[in-house]
Parts: sequence; structure tokens; C-alpha cells
Amino acid sequence: MQFKEILKMALSSLGANKLRAALTMVGITIGVFSIILVMTAIGALQNSIETGISFLGSNVFQFAKYPVNIDAGGANVKKKYQNRRNISYQQAQRYYELMQGNASEICLKCFGRDLKGQAVYNGLKTPPSLTVVGTNRGFLTANAFTLGYGRNLNDEDVALARNVAVIGKGIEKRLFPHESPLGKVLRMTGHTYTVVGVLAEKGTSFGESQDDFFLMPITRFFENYGEANRTVNIATQPFSTELYNRTLDKGISAMRIARGLKADQDNDFEIYTNDSLKSAFLNVAGVVSIGAFVISFIALVAAGIGIMNIMLVSVTERTKEIGVRKSIGARSRDILRQFLAEAVFISEAGGILGIILGVVGGDLLALWLKVDVIFPYGWAIAGLIVCSAIGIGFGFYPAYRAAALDPIEALRYE
Amino acid sequence: MVTSTRPVGPLVIDIENITKDYVMGEETVHALRGVSLQIHKTEYIAIMGPSGSGKSTLMNMLGCLDTPTSGRYEFNGKNVAEMNDDELAAIRNREIGFVFQTFNLLPRSTSLRNVELPLIYAGIDPDTREEMATHVLHEVGLGDRMNHKPNELSGGQRQRVAVARALVNKPSIILADEPTGNLDSKTGEEIMALFEDLYQRGNTIILVTHERDIAVHARRTVHLRDGLIETDHAGFIPELDLVALERP
Repeated sequence: MQFKEILKMALSSLGANKLRAALTMVGITIGVFSIILVMTAIGALQNSIETGISFLGSNVFQFAKYPVNIDAGGANVKKKYQNRRNISYQQAQRYYELMQGNASEICLKCFGRDLKGQAVYNGLKTPPSLTVVGTNRGFLTANAFTLGYGRNLNDEDVALARNVAVIGKGIEKRLFPHESPLGKVLRMTGHTYTVVGVLAEKGTSFGESQDDFFLMPITRFFENYGEANRTVNIATQPFSTELYNRTLDKGISAMRIARGLKADQDNDFEIYTNDSLKSAFLNVAGVVSIGAFVISFIALVAAGIGIMNIMLVSVTERTKEIGVRKSIGARSRDILRQFLAEAVFISEAGGILGIILGVVGGDLLALWLKVDVIFPYGWAIAGLIVCSAIGIGFGFYPAYRAAALDPIEALRYE
Repeated sequence: MVTSTRPVGPLVIDIENITKDYVMGEETVHALRGVSLQIHKTEYIAIMGPSGSGKSTLMNMLGCLDTPTSGRYEFNGKNVAEMNDDELAAIRNREIGFVFQTFNLLPRSTSLRNVELPLIYAGIDPDTREEMATHVLHEVGLGDRMNHKPNELSGGQRQRVAVARALVNKPSIILADEPTGNLDSKTGEEIMALFEDLYQRGNTIILVTHERDIAVHARRTVHLRDGLIETDHAGFIPELDLVALERP
């Protein structure tokens, strides 16, 4: 029997019970959707990371108290890092001095995550969610920002702890819709600042706006918001790619000196590089993938059992039909193929729908995260193969039962 | 004792001393106890008998739905008794046209599609198939009902579709099991007229029935009783049938 005929028969039988077929399909769709969604989103992120997104400026390495994916390790791990000494401004300054002449840019930065920064100007307000950073002129280079206009923070600003700020594009848009912010004095969480520069637009990265930065001299930051319980991150850019490893080694030594570590003590700080951030991301992606796999697997097995159940019901209901088909010359394998085709069709249709929804969903996430959309061919093909396997695997027994029916008994069935 | 009105065609069915036993729990039921029967091409034969006579078993055997426990069964010279399931399916597909009491059409398929079904299993290409199916549907007078589904047809029309389905593969025999059992007597007569017409055009018809009114149409009548052929003679002898039809 031709494939086309088998498919036609399967479709016509399924068409008689559209709702039942559709409901059975949904299980498969959910299973495939969840894995394809996650894999599309992760694939899109991975793709953009591999093709150039940088967490840090080029060649930059960074020292910090906490590792990147602190939440991935569980409570004990978290505690261990929380108990670590903060990197104080003093230590950071020591590092800065030690590294003079060994790096093209050294950025000290302290994030005021606790501040709920809200800027106010002339009756206009930003949401209380600005990223307030006390830093120096190195921030732009170290974090791959560019200045839009005005000027960057300079060494003098830091030395004199001036009340100046460089603001992100988002703040500019909100507070200065019709005028230039340069030279204007705005209020931010209890203190006033003169805007000296505006960052170029950067968009969103990993769902977090990069345009709500409020940069001020690190010295002013500590004066206004205190130094206690704050830890400084230190980013260093070597003179050249060739000098990267040497500079990193020097940096680690300088950091150990600044932290006052003895020779037998381990580093009590984390080293971030673009590579380490990538691998940290990939670790998280791996955990998420495994989670998605488990969910998908459970959903698909449940859906497969659903298919088997519905096919068994179908075989019983259509016993007479099977008898008729056999009496007019259908061989057992024709019957087997027909029922198998129905199971595979349900499974594949559910799978294709799941793939479409998953890719669309995953790519919407990708768009939201401002990375290029992808079509995960590998996963889509794997999805189709798995669906065929489910259709055949769970459809085989009912189809076998149908094929094995005795034509006389089947004809007599009412 | 085999007599035939006009053994004009070659031998189609040649059964010699077949038996069929069914094991039911501890008991063995001897449904057929040694039946011999020869049917030639272009015969019109009625197989009669009360229930329990082995009539159905014989019909299943003739229709190649089942194989005998012992004995010889040759269909067009081929030994059916030793065929496997696929070979039996092929014989059913190409050599036998079934007509059932309950029509047994596929409810969701149109007349045309129902008639095409045996051709699909025969692996005939779609264009030829449609042409053949259309042709037989015209032959049974349903040229204007080809795209109707069974529930849009009357009982008589459904049975005509079933007859068309039986005919479409140009089988060696048409095997009709109580073809008028679900029809009113007028429609039943119409169907019997159709069989007469088919017979006149050279088809071989085996009619399985317990109704004398139906059996009279055949040219030869075989009576079964207790798994054995009681009588086998040309024409129809009402007196004997009265005996044969007494319910056990």
C-alpha cells in the first residue's frame, strides 16, 4: 500500500474524532514546546555570546567578592561568599597604585544596589530602579559603554569627590525630553548632582536595561551613601591582547597584596573574564537545559501513554471496520501500518506544533533579551525524530492488536 | 452426489472432505465433519441450513477467512488450506467479493471511496482505481450517488454499494451472506434482481441464506446439517427445505 493511501486513511480516521485527536496531541505539544522553547532561547543567547557580545570590555578582567552565578550553588555556597571580606575602597586604591603603568585602564566601581536610585528633575521622575554606580573614568572601557555626549568622569572628579554624574540614555529621555541635560542639576536619592555626560544607548542585556545607569565619582558615592557593607569591583584592561595573561598574573599578585594575603592563603576574591563569564553562563544554561529535558521527558512519556490509550480505544471501537478491511483483502501489515500511521500522525502533528510554538516563544525571549533570533534546526529535527519514536513506540502495541485480530471475530463484533 | 445445473466454467472451488474443529474450553466442536463441494465458474449456488449447521463456518472457509482443520481446499487450483495469512488476504482481495447482511461499509467514506478500498489494498494506482470504481457504481445503478456517504443512502442503496465493492476487483466468486437480511422484502427483491443480472452477465455467485424466498433465485442449492452436506441438487426443492429449515 502506498504511503499516501496510509496517510489518507489515518487522516480520515482521525478526522472522525477531531477533539479526541487534538487533546491527545496537546500532551506531545507541551512536551516538545518546553524543550524547544528553552533550547531556542539558550541557543540564541549562546549564539550572540559566541559571535561577540561581551559582558566586559575587550580584554578586560575583573576582581569581585562574589562569583557570577552565586544563586546556582545553593544556600551553603552563598553563605560562604557572604562571609568573605568585602573589597574595601582602600584595598582597591592599593591595587590601583600597584598596577599603575601595567594596565591601560583600571576601573573601580561600587554598585549601590540597595539605593533604589530615583532621579528627579523639574518635577519629572525616573522609576526608583536606577543602577547607581560610584566609579572612575575607567567604567566606560571596562563595561563596554560609549559616551554619547558631554564628558566622562575624570580623575579630578574622583580626587575632589565632585557632585557630578554621567547618566544613561534612559534617564536623559525621561528627565530631559526637550533640553540638554548637560550642566543641569538633578536630585538623586537625597543628593544633588550636576550632569556632565550622557552615555550612548546600549539597550537591554539579559532582560536588564543598560540605559538606567547613574555614574558618579566613587569618592562622592562613598561620601553620600557610606562605605560600610560595600564591596568594590575592580576591572582592569591590559595594554594589549598579547599582554593579557601577564597583566592578569600581575593583577592577581597586586590583588593579593592589596588584600594582605599570606603566601599559603587562597585568593579570597573572584576573577571575572569574558571567558569565565561565558562559561558561567553556559553552566547556568546547562542546568536550565537539564531541567527542560526532565520536564519534556515526563510530558512526552505521559503524552505517549495518552496516545497508546486512545489508540487502544480506537482499535476496540473499530473492530468491525478492521474485520471489513481484512475481509476485502487488507493484510495484517496493512492494518498495522494504518494504526501506526495514526499514532505517528498525532505525535508528529503535536510535535510540529510544539516546535513552532517553542521556536516562536524562544525567539520572543531572544528579542526581549536583545539578541538575534535563531532557528534551532538540530533541536527541531531531534524533536521530530523523538515524536516519531513516541508515535511508533506507544502506537505499536495497539496497532499490533488491531493487526492480529481474527477477521471472523472482528466481523462478528458489534 | 454432486450435481450441477450447468458446469459451464472451469472449476473455481474444489473442496474435498474438509473438517473444522473449534476448541471451546474442554470441548471440541466439530463445525464441519467432512464436506466435499465443487463450484464451477458462472454458477449461482445457494448454501442453506439452520443455525448450527456449519453454514457460517463453510462460508468463512469458502471466503478464505479461515482454513480447514483437515481436508483439501483448492481455489482456482491453488491449495488454500496451506496458505499463510498474507496469501489468504491476497485471495480475498482478488478472487472473492464479499456482500454482508449488514453491508459493512466504512461509515465515513463516500460510496466511491468504499468501492475503491479493495483496489487500494490491491495496490492499483489512483486514476485506474477511480475509473474502475465509477464503472461498477454505474453498473449497480448508483452513478449519481458516488459521493454520498452510507448514512445518506437507503438500505438498498447501501447494499448496492457493497455489491459494487464486491465486484470491483473482478473476483472469481461473489460470496453473499444473507444479503437481504436487513432489507424489507421489496428492496430485497431488487437486490436479488441485481444478483440475477450479475449472474446473467457471467459472475459466479454463492448465496448463504436461510430464507427459501431468497434461495429460490439460485440455480443450485446445497443444504447443510450438522456439519455435513445433506443435499446438493440443481434448482430448489421446497419440500426438502421445509425439513432443512426446522430450527433445532
